[in-house]
Amino acid sequence: MEALKDKLESSFLVFENELNGEGEGPIHTRRREAFERFVKSGFPTKRDEEWKYTNLKPVLKPDFRVFVNDENTVDFSSIKRFFLNDVDTYKLVFIDGYYSSWLSETTHQGFDICTFSNMLTKYKDVAEQYFGKALPENEAMASVNTAFAREGAFIRIKRNVTVDKPVEIIFITTDHGVATLAQPRNLVVVEENAEITILERHQSLSEQPVLTNTATEIFALRDSRLNYYKIQNDAKTASLIDSTAVRQYRGSNVTMGTYSFGNKFIRNNLNFFLEEEHTESHMDGITVIDEGQTVDHHTLADHKVPNCYSDELYKGIYDANAHGVFNGKVMVHPHAQKTNAFQQNNNILLTDKASIDTKPQLEIFADDVQCSHGCTIGQLDEEAMFYLRSRGIPEKEAKALLLYAFANDGLRNVKIPALRKKLNRQIAKKLNVNLDFEL
Amino acid sequence: MLKINNLQAGIEGKEILKGIDLEVKAGEVHAIMGPNGSGKSTLSSVIAGREDYEVSGGSIDFEGEDLLDLGADERAHKGIFLSFQYPVEIPGVTVTNFIKTAINESRKARGEEPMPANVMLKKMREKMALLEIDNAFLSRSLNEGFSGGEKKRNEIFQMAMLEPKLAILDETDSGLDIDALRIVANGVNKLKSKDNAVIVITHYQRLLDYIVPDYVHVLHKGKIVKSGDKSLAHELEAKGYDWLKEGAVEA
Repeated sequence: MEALKDKLESSFLVFENELNGEGEGPIHTRRREAFERFVKSGFPTKRDEEWKYTNLKPVLKPDFRVFVNDENTVDFSSIKRFFLNDVDTYKLVFIDGYYSSWLSETTHQGFDICTFSNMLTKYKDVAEQYFGKALPENEAMASVNTAFAREGAFIRIKRNVTVDKPVEIIFITTDHGVATLAQPRNLVVVEENAEITILERHQSLSEQPVLTNTATEIFALRDSRLNYYKIQNDAKTASLIDSTAVRQYRGSNVTMGTYSFGNKFIRNNLNFFLEEEHTESHMDGITVIDEGQTVDHHTLADHKVPNCYSDELYKGIYDANAHGVFNGKVMVHPHAQKTNAFQQNNNILLTDKASIDTKPQLEIFADDVQCSHGCTIGQLDEEAMFYLRSRGIPEKEAKALLLYAFANDGLRNVKIPALRKKLNRQIAKKLNVNLDFEL
Repeated sequence: MLKINNLQAGIEGKEILKGIDLEVKAGEVHAIMGPNGSGKSTLSSVIAGREDYEVSGGSIDFEGEDLLDLGADERAHKGIFLSFQYPVEIPGVTVTNFIKTAINESRKARGEEPMPANVMLKKMREKMALLEIDNAFLSRSLNEGFSGGEKKRNEIFQMAMLEPKLAILDETDSGLDIDALRIVANGVNKLKSKDNAVIVITHYQRLLDYIVPDYVHVLHKGKIVKSGDKSLAHELEAKGYDWLKEGAVEA
């Protein structure tokens, strides 16, 4: 951990020297401040309350290369499977931290679906207004990302625009023969009464360890609507730390779906800040993991003002020695009356070696609210298994059918049929069955 | 069709069935009656292949094949069907998808092609009419929030769709009002043929007014203590089961 910290410190100096006079601008000041916060706090350890169930040490251990300078070429056929394919989409594709115009399909007509670097140079006012303004300052990994933020997606949907098709953001890391650290950075601004759907995924094509430390800032302005889906299904040599912060303004409606099947290690820090009244926030998640995998979900619904609604549903299926964490915090501030906040976390452990640490954390300081939470940890219901088998459904299929049915709720807010299909297929694949219907 | 020979079985070391002999031929209806705890449900569970039970002796042959080595799903593929006393609620799986999967998995096991969707649909409509089941039923989650009557009707609907050779109805009458009982019994009777057989397990004689048995067996303390024709059921109804307690009965 210390080795990586030292490396980041020297890399940051190199990075600053390359800036040619921009070093004193407001954006770089934010970077430097973020970096100083990180230098002071260091990487999170298990002594940190927010990290007590997961150990970051082995994740940070490889000798990561922080900047990739040699660009590998990737042809579409080798990454086709990561896209939705049977539906038309805008595409933002990044290879080793660089935007690939060849593989992408972007637009500036009526709205901006382009790159973070483009935003930094072309829309300085936007950068100043939003960069670093959504993420909480006390999260070390987000601060590291802020310090090094260079490239990623920039999506800005102008007032009253409903975007005609979903946007797919895909980050590819290729094989450079060494362990690689990737730090994508996304900014999404959905302006008043605008609407968009976004998909995000990170894929390693490398045999070497890849650590993706990604950060996404989302601003959902008045009456806007955003559906954001993350497919976390990377190679088992890859690890992912995702810091996402959503700031919601009056009447906006945001859905965040996090679907985790792959990777060796995943940590999601998902923070919703409800800044103005009458917002609606949905957080859904399905986690299906097995041998050697860890997925840690930390979520926050921060009800700062009255009359907001948040609903959270996370489902988890853990096989072999998989380890899951769910820490769902709901904060209702003293004057946030008439808050509706719901949270549900249900887990199935398929073996004795699988484990889940689940911690609902409700801090409610207002009295006229409706809040509920529930978490369950169970095994497969033997009686249900016998029932299905007695109807001729073999053991493996019966098990899968029950798990499918269990997880299915987590797809309730997936509005793109093609994505639903893809996720259903992925769940089936992970459960190692082929059922001839979709739930 | 079914030949049970000196069957002994129990759960968690406790012996419940202490030597059952029973033969069921195609075209027959057998009723198994007996007081609570006599082993009726254990017998049906053991025939259907519930894994919690251990068979310590005897055999079950079905059409010349030893059933005891087969899993519950394989027994279903051979044509055995158990209508559950307490059908399990399975949220998230619709009745349609469940039946579709059950039928096609059985067909797959027998080396047959999946049933074409239109054939399946037609068959479902037909059987639903038979059991006076509403269309909306199909898209509901399996047994979730169903009333007792709906659950039992759903069991017989599954039976109608799967067309088993041997159907075991485990206390299908319990919790049913007389109208529901009539519908269910009528459904069972319509499905009866010279090629299939039914075992009706019940505590009461009431159901047997509608599904008329060829044979009635009285189960007590894990043994069949008396067998006879349908008049035995009436006798039991009149006398109750207390006479069994005297212990002097022999089959």
